[in-house]
Amino acid sequence: MKPVVRALIPLAIFLALAFFLYKGLFLNPKEVPSPMIGKAAPVFTLPRLDDPTKVASSQELLGKVWLFNAWASWCATCREEHPVLMEMSKIPEINLVGLNYKDTNPEATEVLNKSGNPYQLVVTDNDGKVGIDYGVVATPETYLIDKKGIIRYKKIGEITREDLYTTILPLVKELQK
Amino acid sequence: MIPEIGHFSLILALLVAVLLGTLPIVGAARGNEVWMGLAKPLARTQFLLIAFTFVCLAYSFASMDYSVAYVAKNSNSKLPIQFRIAAVWGGHEGSLLLWALILSIWTLAVSIFSKHIPDDTRARILGVMGLISVGFLLFMLAVSNPFERLIPAAVDGSDLNPLLQDPGMIFHPPMLYMGYVGFSVAFAFSIAALIGGQLDAAWARWSRPWTTLAWVFLTLGIMAGSNWAYYELGWGGWWFWDAVENASFMPWLVGTALIHSLAVTEKRGSFKAWTVLLAICAFSLSLLGTFLVRSGVLTSVHAFATDPRRGIFILAFLVVVIGGSLALFAWRATSVGRGGKFDVVSRESFLLANNVLLAVAALSVLLGTLYPLFVDALGLGKISVGPPYFNAVFAPLMAPAIFLMGIGPIAQWKEASLPELSTRLRWAFAISVMTAIALPLWLGNLTPWIGFGLFLGFWVLASTVILLKQRLAINPSSSLIARLKANSRSWWGMVIAHLGVAVFIFGVTIVKGYESETAVKMFPGDVTHLAGFDFKFNGVSGHQGPNYRANRGEFVVSKNGEVRTVLTSEKRLYTVTNMPMSEAGISPAFIHDLYASLGEPLENGAWSVRLYHKPMVEWIWFGCLMMGFGGLLALTDKRYRIKKRSKSVNSQLSEVAI
Repeated sequence: MKPVVRALIPLAIFLALAFFLYKGLFLNPKEVPSPMIGKAAPVFTLPRLDDPTKVASSQELLGKVWLFNAWASWCATCREEHPVLMEMSKIPEINLVGLNYKDTNPEATEVLNKSGNPYQLVVTDNDGKVGIDYGVVATPETYLIDKKGIIRYKKIGEITREDLYTTILPLVKELQK
Repeated sequence: MIPEIGHFSLILALLVAVLLGTLPIVGAARGNEVWMGLAKPLARTQFLLIAFTFVCLAYSFASMDYSVAYVAKNSNSKLPIQFRIAAVWGGHEGSLLLWALILSIWTLAVSIFSKHIPDDTRARILGVMGLISVGFLLFMLAVSNPFERLIPAAVDGSDLNPLLQDPGMIFHPPMLYMGYVGFSVAFAFSIAALIGGQLDAAWARWSRPWTTLAWVFLTLGIMAGSNWAYYELGWGGWWFWDAVENASFMPWLVGTALIHSLAVTEKRGSFKAWTVLLAICAFSLSLLGTFLVRSGVLTSVHAFATDPRRGIFILAFLVVVIGGSLALFAWRATSVGRGGKFDVVSRESFLLANNVLLAVAALSVLLGTLYPLFVDALGLGKISVGPPYFNAVFAPLMAPAIFLMGIGPIAQWKEASLPELSTRLRWAFAISVMTAIALPLWLGNLTPWIGFGLFLGFWVLASTVILLKQRLAINPSSSLIARLKANSRSWWGMVIAHLGVAVFIFGVTIVKGYESETAVKMFPGDVTHLAGFDFKFNGVSGHQGPNYRANRGEFVVSKNGEVRTVLTSEKRLYTVTNMPMSEAGISPAFIHDLYASLGEPLENGAWSVRLYHKPMVEWIWFGCLMMGFGGLLALTDKRYRIKKRSKSVNSQLSEVAI
């Protein structure tokens, strides 16, 4: 190699690096796939929102394909997501279970009474412990769990119509086969 | 009013920096002595203005002026005064101001301690440092103004991140920045030399003490950070290969290569182009580290708020500074002479091999740090690179480097004899191997890693003993003290720093190999056994701190019924930020640390508790202290104290460290 060419190597390496750094500025480092995907969904037994004296367990949902949606009355994005969830609740293949995360029962109930309840079942996780098990970083967050109780998909942030029809619904149908 | 005065002073500092970055350099190119002569007064004025700005910000913190947005975000009326001052660099804007202040301190120091440097070279050096300063001051004024007002003013501040409310916060960032920014001096010397075309031994000799001093600060800064993480995070770990830790470690690795390469350039005139490249890289990595932390491209416990404008600004600055200097390097370095010839077996060769290994190690850390970003930028998905990568790549690179560290100082310059070296070192090698096998067997756990780690530690130790013996055998007729004194301080500095590496290796190997930990649920009165010690949990009592409430758990540690120490660990809730924090209870000692960390309260007064037994963990930081002390000792070498030094290259080259 000619000395001139050799002397240019460090500059070339740096410019390539700078290109990646530039691209990196527009990426969101928080969008990390959940390490939970492909793993068994953490088992929980939690009080039901509609009747806190009764508990519901994730074990009861074995054999079903279900979506587990963490939400809260204080969460603004959850409100934006709500219409999509309502639409989802009309699709017969989908079983939507809500995890009321770090919330109080009266406030959560009021939201559902006012704007409609898309969930077949809502369990309350007032102190957020089950949320920690699932690795909930921010609400809303949604997990798709298969018949054997394995997490198949996770979305941080609101579910859009596009997510519902291009990703979630085909996946649900496939898993129900 | 004070914040506006500070802001104004910052603007003046920028103007002065612009003058400093242009006039002296142009003056040096045209031979205009008046313009060159401006470098010194401008450097001093710049320091005064930035220091004044810093005082203004510190005053805003001390006087709790919550009409300043940055103060309101990072302080609180209940925050103790020492943290209120340290909070100046607790966030993005203030960190940058600290960066700029430290750069102006180094610039000032160069303007004072540069009597023996030719006027044009000094003008260029100070000019380059002024240009760097322009970048940072402009960045602050454009997108990161620490004096921005908050209207209406906040009633009280939202408090400093509790993680940062620790004595570590007072020392760690300034030390680290002194190291980071200190490499700007070697960088500026190199750029000045490239512009002026004077890459000679004198250039290497001027650069050396500055580089060593920056390296000492960086070593101690990283040490302080590691120690802080050890007791503050409550996980008992001392290094996490976190992106920000890596950002400080990469310049350290390259800086270590640089101080060795400078020695060769000074002593033998070789490696010139390589030394220049290392000087550019060491500072470039410091800048890159600043970018990684400040732009938020990588998530990390250290990362502050993200603002894409800031990221783009720093990136543009990086491209100008690093790209520009590498282009200058490509243009001028080819004309650099080759320097003294040396044999394949010689001290030069060993140092070159070590240099390459250190540089490759730095590159591998860079790759691991940025790999997730590369993969993501290419749309290949999200991955994270954790400690397994770094351990797998880093250790095999450092092992030969450390092995060579034992041979290098004993080998002769220019041409050494391999049979002679092996005769000299065979006993050191044999003893190291035997001890490395015998000691773990005696301790009851021999794994290949422990054995290998101990071998490297003993190897450095034994080869240093041989080196000492060899040096002290010269002039056997004189007294021992005279013979000790016959070696220069920089030589002793090297010996101590190398022994520090051995101490560090012992610490890492032993703690990795023999530490034990347990996570248990404990009721008051419960006793947990760990590594032969009994940890008795005496329950928890409530305490009120200045800006937090704490549950303080007490653990009485005894061995064979005899009380050894009492550990208190706190679980704090910082009331303003509503953030919980753990304060581990640690009893540090030469042989081992006993470590208790209070977790979460469980039912019926029980607590989750983590207990650790960490043998020889303090050696890790003590080794770093020795390295730093070695560097300081080298700085006091009489070569650097000679008042009047001839400008010619070859005169007065007294004995040199390496």
